[in-house]
Amino acid sequence: MPRNRVELPYHVEYVSVLDEEGRLDQALEPKIPDDLLLKLHRAMVLGRRFDERLLSLQRQGRIGTFAPITGQEASQLGAVAPLMPGDWMAPSFRETAAQIYRGLPLESVILGFGGYNEAASLVKEGNDLPVAIPVASQVLHAVGLAWGMKYRKKQNVVMTFFGDGGTSEGDFHEGMNFAAVYQAPVVFICQNNQWAISVPRSKQTHSKTIAQKALAYDMPGIQVDGNDVLAVYSAAKEAIDRARSGGGPSLIENVTYRMMMHTTADDPKRYRKDEEVEGWRKRDPIQRFQKYLKDKGLLSDQKIEELEAQVKEEIQKAVEHAEELMKKYSDPLPMFEHAYEEVPAHLKEQREELKRELAEMPKEEDHG
Amino acid sequence: MAKMTMVQALNLALRQEMEKDDRVIVLGEDVGRDGGVFRVTEGLIDQFGEERVLDTPLAESGIAGMSIGMAIYGLRPVCEIQFSGFSYFCMHQIEAHASRMRWRSQGSLTVPMVLRCPYGGGVRALEHHSESREAFWAHIPGLKMVIPSGPRNARALMISAIRDPDPVIFYEGKAIYRAFREEVPEAEESLPIGKAQRILGGKDLTIISYGAMMRPTLEAASLLKEKDGVEAEVIDLLTISPLDEATLVESVKKTGKAVIVHEAPRSFGPGAEIASRLMEKAFFYLEAPIARVTGFDVVIPLFSKEQAYLPNAQRIMKAARSLLSA
Repeated sequence: MPRNRVELPYHVEYVSVLDEEGRLDQALEPKIPDDLLLKLHRAMVLGRRFDERLLSLQRQGRIGTFAPITGQEASQLGAVAPLMPGDWMAPSFRETAAQIYRGLPLESVILGFGGYNEAASLVKEGNDLPVAIPVASQVLHAVGLAWGMKYRKKQNVVMTFFGDGGTSEGDFHEGMNFAAVYQAPVVFICQNNQWAISVPRSKQTHSKTIAQKALAYDMPGIQVDGNDVLAVYSAAKEAIDRARSGGGPSLIENVTYRMMMHTTADDPKRYRKDEEVEGWRKRDPIQRFQKYLKDKGLLSDQKIEELEAQVKEEIQKAVEHAEELMKKYSDPLPMFEHAYEEVPAHLKEQREELKRELAEMPKEEDHG
Repeated sequence: MAKMTMVQALNLALRQEMEKDDRVIVLGEDVGRDGGVFRVTEGLIDQFGEERVLDTPLAESGIAGMSIGMAIYGLRPVCEIQFSGFSYFCMHQIEAHASRMRWRSQGSLTVPMVLRCPYGGGVRALEHHSESREAFWAHIPGLKMVIPSGPRNARALMISAIRDPDPVIFYEGKAIYRAFREEVPEAEESLPIGKAQRILGGKDLTIISYGAMMRPTLEAASLLKEKDGVEAEVIDLLTISPLDEATLVESVKKTGKAVIVHEAPRSFGPGAEIASRLMEKAFFYLEAPIARVTGFDVVIPLFSKEQAYLPNAQRIMKAARSLLSA
């Protein structure tokens, strides 16, 4: 009986273009036009500052629970930057900066976390799915979208995001398998931020890397320094180009770090040490990118200051506008819309019932 | 006796059962180091170790399926699904196996597990964190569906759920996790599954509710008495399935009128089943149509409008008054 080794043509690479100090590996430097580099930089700064503002709004009770993205700007923006018109994104719930980059208005984000379904009505452009809170459930939708592209002979791709925790869900594995079986144009991006609420990456999976999970489905898998926007861009561009030209799906593991809490309802001090967080602060994706841009002569301290002021103003305007919209959208009766294309009789009846009750409500309080 | 929140009372039940019975295992996402996102399992990992308190990978179907295997092997798993909105990932394990293993094996294999889920609205949460879908589970033969309404009965019912020979789905109202405290005795106390409680005696009408909706229900009953001089009898179901029909029928035979309150959507909700049972067993005693005060038949809106969706004391009083004037 033979017991021979099955040769598998696989290995996992780790890619980093900028080191922790922002120094460049010239051989690996991707060719990115200057205006795109600056656009990416602006989006990273906006993503960070908007996150900080959302946190303060949440702490003041002006919005509800949200999931911060701080520290993961490069991991998501580097990934979506090479996408083209007609491409889709299927996000999880920690890709706010990428969603904004792809056209989601800041007001929509504020309204959404403020508890207004109307947030979705502000989305006017783009092909993206809304955030998916049930973990990894969106991964399969990406495969379906991609099959549609293949069927319609479109040269497009779908990029789907999930976290390290998401790779434990059956939906992730089913999505990877389907995409490989159908050679669907999907780019799977794992934002491995080391923590699924309180469970560390080391306890999430026994695998040494998440990238290697691609091998089981016979698709390329690569591990990338997720705090290095150039490395993320390079890996994403390669996977997108491959998918677009009929080469099938890929998995990219962006090794990054969740600098903040899981959501504002979480207290990470219960399960991780501040020293660990501080260690990752040294690998801050924005600072590293700024060093690179300065070395290239594209950025200066003065330009950064100007940008910070612009971004601050943009966010302030959005907050003010969103809070005006909250007043405009105070009526609960639209809750009966969008359940079906046509409102069925029983829902019309329930809407009338609520309308009457809302009209009577103040009278009841007067009695009290 | 100590005054406890429902979170603390559930923690006490788990701790005492784990001390008493080494078959009891707790598993779920973040139930260990973090003590559960609502802290129901706080401290258990320190006392019982990682073999009995498992921080699982992020996979609800995995949690439910592994619990089924543990239960078949003779353990008593108590698994937590972080929010009921994510429990549908494990629906197939529960429907296809947990609920029917006894039937499939003609009684030789059983699944004495508890699946705990926070449920319900009113806490300004994100999408998928506020639903009330107990009817899904109550509709499945072979499952028991329990929903406590406060710290003391939560503790007592959890003890019974862990000891129950069949799978129990145990919903915990997020809105009442910390909303109030009750005296909870340190000494063991249990309540039978499948038995409702008459919380308030009255002759004019019966109001039936459970879980987090007991608070507006009791508020309505007290306002009805104060403002209208109406004596409402209030019944707390505690168990949705199997339904304690006898207690409901007895009450309605006396009062002739019934209002059912739940935050789950109206159509095909628990109220529909309760109303049918009352029709079947107390039809000739009914003096007015049975009324339902429920969530609407739409997805519960994001939190800025959730209070308009959820039943409240005003809505319950209005339904009661309309029956009384019929």
